[in-house]
Amino acid sequence: MSKGTLYNKVWDAHVVEKLPTGQYQLFIGLHLIHEVTSPQAFDMVAEKGLKVAYPQRTFATVDHIVPTQNQARPFADAEAEQMMGAIEKNVKKFGVPFFDFDSGSQGIVHIIGPEMGLTQPGMTIACGDSHTSTHGAFGTLAFGIGTTQVRDVLATQCLAMDALKVRRVNVNGKLNPGVTAKDVTLYIIQKLGVKGGIGYAYEYGGSVFDRFTMEERMTVCNMAIEGGARVGYVNPDQTTFDYLQGRKYAPGADKWDKALAYWKSVASDKEAQYDDVVEFNGEDIEPIVTWGITPDQSVGVNDKLPEVGRFSPDEVKTVELAYRHMDLKPGSPIKGTPIDVAFIGSCTNGRLSDLREAAKVAKGRKVARTVRAFVVPGSQKVKAAAEKEGLDKVFTEAGFEWRGAGCSMCLAMNPDKLKGREISASSSNRNFIGRQGSKDGRTMLMSPAMVAAAAVEGRVTDVRELMKTS
Amino acid sequence: MSKITQIEGKAVPVEGNDIDTDRIIPARYLKEITFTNMGKYPFYDERFDAEGKPKGHPFDLPQFSGAHILFVNQNFGCGSSREHAPQALMRWGIRAIIGESFAEIFAGNCTMLGIPTATVSQDEMRKLQSLVKAKPEIQFTLDLEKKTLLSGGKEHLRFDIHESKRNALVNGTWDSTGLLLANAAKTAEVARKLPYVAGF
Ligand code: SF4
Repeated sequence: MSKGTLYNKVWDAHVVEKLPTGQYQLFIGLHLIHEVTSPQAFDMVAEKGLKVAYPQRTFATVDHIVPTQNQARPFADAEAEQMMGAIEKNVKKFGVPFFDFDSGSQGIVHIIGPEMGLTQPGMTIACGDSHTSTHGAFGTLAFGIGTTQVRDVLATQCLAMDALKVRRVNVNGKLNPGVTAKDVTLYIIQKLGVKGGIGYAYEYGGSVFDRFTMEERMTVCNMAIEGGARVGYVNPDQTTFDYLQGRKYAPGADKWDKALAYWKSVASDKEAQYDDVVEFNGEDIEPIVTWGITPDQSVGVNDKLPEVGRFSPDEVKTVELAYRHMDLKPGSPIKGTPIDVAFIGSCTNGRLSDLREAAKVAKGRKVARTVRAFVVPGSQKVKAAAEKEGLDKVFTEAGFEWRGAGCSMCLAMNPDKLKGREISASSSNRNFIGRQGSKDGRTMLMSPAMVAAAAVEGRVTDVRELMKTS
Repeated sequence: MSKITQIEGKAVPVEGNDIDTDRIIPARYLKEITFTNMGKYPFYDERFDAEGKPKGHPFDLPQFSGAHILFVNQNFGCGSSREHAPQALMRWGIRAIIGESFAEIFAGNCTMLGIPTATVSQDEMRKLQSLVKAKPEIQFTLDLEKKTLLSGGKEHLRFDIHESKRNALVNGTWDSTGLLLANAAKTAEVARKLPYVAGF
């Protein structure tokens, strides 16, 4: 049993009651909602004759269905327009603050929470989206939930939850040049598997995390869910506090010291006990590319694709399906695999630092003629900041399209989709069959810099080779 | 709310590990603002070709029509938190799912809809899937009080299920809003004590 971890402290501070089922009633400090998983929840609240219990602790935005090219209303897609209308109606009716297009703060829900200073250490956070784990980068317990649970949070500001075990995931040492937070998170998933985290909260630590920026920590926590862990977090430290200072919803100067005291108090104790501890070495990590249909089917960019015989008998079916779907051969190199589409964006890698890394590679180069490439900033604020630095120019001069903020081709509920059997290099988080909008479409996940490298070369490339010549 | 203690019916096998919620329900069907039509879409892209013709997925085979119990393998329902996935299965007719393991958000969503997610060993699941493929007409009874699965009225198999989920189902408290609302005063008290809620 874990003791003295951030998980234990934040959990204990938010438990309202042990329920007769054996679950715990947990108070949720921040509820984020978006257009896709909220309309049914609002309907259920209304049907029960209830209201939103703590409207001032709920914030809404739109991201999944919004087009990234032409955002003028009404949207060309009637269903998307209807969905947009539903959230507009609901936030008005129930008094929920809404970051819409006109606010200048619209964007992917997991990007705008931190950006606005809404996400703060020691909170419990819930959102009807599995990548809510992103907010754990700030030392929060952040849960992705289903629509019926969204209803519960709206109606009661609480969730009925089972307690989790805590696994400490240490990455020590130094990362090699060209290796990013995305590679770290893909590496952890490769080693622990997509089921490895079931029943656990992941506490990420070690010197690599100590040195990481908040944006890098967010990239890792974002994909905790791909490793099966519902929650992933990093203990708050000076990097966290510096990031928050001065943000719109962060505590002001008069409250800062008190906030700091609380934030520091929730970090795991030195002598905290964990249910499990795993250790990795930063030096062992290479730029990683997924070759299959689950995020743990990945290799270092210079490695060969694994032979089917290397997998345990119960994995073989999925591995064979993966090779069939991807049309890739065991034993062949991943490097050199031609791509059709390059996508830079999503809540994993749609922040300013991601765009900067990709722009460094794109600068002065041209997207290969065979490739359709586009960059989708994660929020309106990221877009504005990137444009201020001229990143939009770097990208458009290289032949990338520069888009408006949204989830875009991460899940393709909007016009951005793969067609037919197209294969993408993508900075998003899921390579599931059909994920990017075509049931035969194929996805290779990698870091934004690696996507940019693939875009200009027209094939999977070790970004470090371009770094040498740039 | 109704107590769920027993589920009876035929079973349908869907084989494979790591079947994610994008496969259970493709994202394009999430654009509907109600769950009403979800029963038409489970496993859509695996069931139908480009012309909408069935490809022979178990959900379309006549011998499995009307099945209430779904047999799956490891890490079923991984990926997105979309409740559309269990909604689609439920509205197609699934009342219980037995597997080797489940992704957590998915299993939680199932419980909130009154669908038990029970686990058995890999060997046992292999046998169950072979059995139902050979004899699709077999009637199963899943008994949540005894934690047993009865096949064809004779063979008993013990299954596991998360205790809090089982309690919620057998006591009829799986739709949790009522439970949570009952503690509204205590909730306000907990909120008051949290430094950030009080505004520091
Ligand atoms: S960017 Fe992708 S993973 Fe992130 S919230 Fe949007 S759809 Fe979900």
